[in-house]
Amino acid sequence: MSGFDKVVGSYEEALAGLEDNMTVIAGGFGLCGIPENLIKEIRRRGTRGLTIVSNNCGTDKFGLGILLVDKQIRKMVASYVGENAMFEAQMMSGELEVELTPQGTLAEKMRAGGAGIPAFYTATGYGTPVGEGKEVREFGGRHYILEEAIQGDFSIAKAWKADRFGNLVFRKTARNFNPMAVTAGKISVVEVEEIVDVGTLDPDEIHLPGIYVDRLIQGTFEKNIEQRTVRSA
Amino acid sequence: MALTREQLAQRVAQEFQDGYYINLGIGIPTLAANYIPEGVEVMLQSENGLLGMGPFPREDEVDPDLINAGKQTVTMARGASLFSSADSFAMIRGGHVDLTVLGAFEVDCRGNIASYMIPGKLIKGMGGAMDLVAGADNIIVTMTHASKHGESKLLQECTLPLTGKGCIKRVLTDLALLDIEDGKFILRERAPGVSVEEIVKLTAGPLVVPDVVPQMTFV
Repeated sequence: MSGFDKVVGSYEEALAGLEDNMTVIAGGFGLCGIPENLIKEIRRRGTRGLTIVSNNCGTDKFGLGILLVDKQIRKMVASYVGENAMFEAQMMSGELEVELTPQGTLAEKMRAGGAGIPAFYTATGYGTPVGEGKEVREFGGRHYILEEAIQGDFSIAKAWKADRFGNLVFRKTARNFNPMAVTAGKISVVEVEEIVDVGTLDPDEIHLPGIYVDRLIQGTFEKNIEQRTVRSA
Repeated sequence: MALTREQLAQRVAQEFQDGYYINLGIGIPTLAANYIPEGVEVMLQSENGLLGMGPFPREDEVDPDLINAGKQTVTMARGASLFSSADSFAMIRGGHVDLTVLGAFEVDCRGNIASYMIPGKLIKGMGGAMDLVAGADNIIVTMTHASKHGESKLLQECTLPLTGKGCIKRVLTDLALLDIEDGKFILRERAPGVSVEEIVKLTAGPLVVPDVVPQMTFV
């Protein structure tokens, strides 16, 4: 790595410095746009006691769910955690702590974390279990609760294309939480399908500037589908 | 006769107006997309980052990078746009979505909704439901009027943990269409062949029955 070149040579190097008990923010929605190879690398490293912040926790066999096999996750911050029997078992036995966070609040917590906003007011969750113990303020006759930003020791994300400076382009709904996740990590690691030469991407088409990216790696992706739904003919 | 799932979806779709941006929840709300009235153009918002959701793909169109909020593969409609989850919920929270339709376990006469958690049972999470009910002004809740055991789901006060407080103004059940005003349910329409008495019996919260309660009509 030199200058603005963010490309690293291996997945091992991409996650160098990831230690037990750290907080990792992960992009992805369901299995769509997940940093699948970076997750596999966390599994390989055997890092434990992790707090994972991500909309979902994958399935039993793919995505973040594979980190449950060796009980590497201590706490999960997510909006929806169905579709995973191992998750259920570890949650019920108390080995895995779960903090359910509304999806939009979760996205905004990441965005705020990356944008230097320590907290924000939102109507989402007021008067519900999510609002319990949180500061309430009234603006224009409506009630809002104070939600705090999230930052990670690491963030892991998936984009479609990047140049070597880490300027990112996402593809379709694989964008989801990825841009915010990237901004909210102290060390932000992004894996992509293709790395192109600097100057190739039209600056107007870059979804997220490379300033937020620390490490970049090109991978190959399985892209599993959770609900393959088709219409006939 | 209580409405079928298809009739519920059809009745929901009758609320669609030309030029509406609409978010449809998983289940019956999603089915409503099959009954968009003729001459009405709507755009469907999927909270994972797509405005202008099209039908399910043909086998050769399946793209793992293009799914809806229910994680099903989808396509994009003409004029679609793509964005991040933060932008998606800015649209929702900012009140830019014209109509939101979602399911629930319970609704009460003060517009409270419980839809994501049954204590003692498995908790899967609220997904985007809390943001949707807090952000939208125009919401239709679709649900069965009563449980299989005949217990009303339209209550004086929700018994389950809330998804949102004071945010529901319209409920469509398999028996009736009701509005919520000033701490009361107002019976607006009844399912074909369902009597007012039956609806009264299965509504636990305070219910106002106007002199005339028309039956729903389906084309």
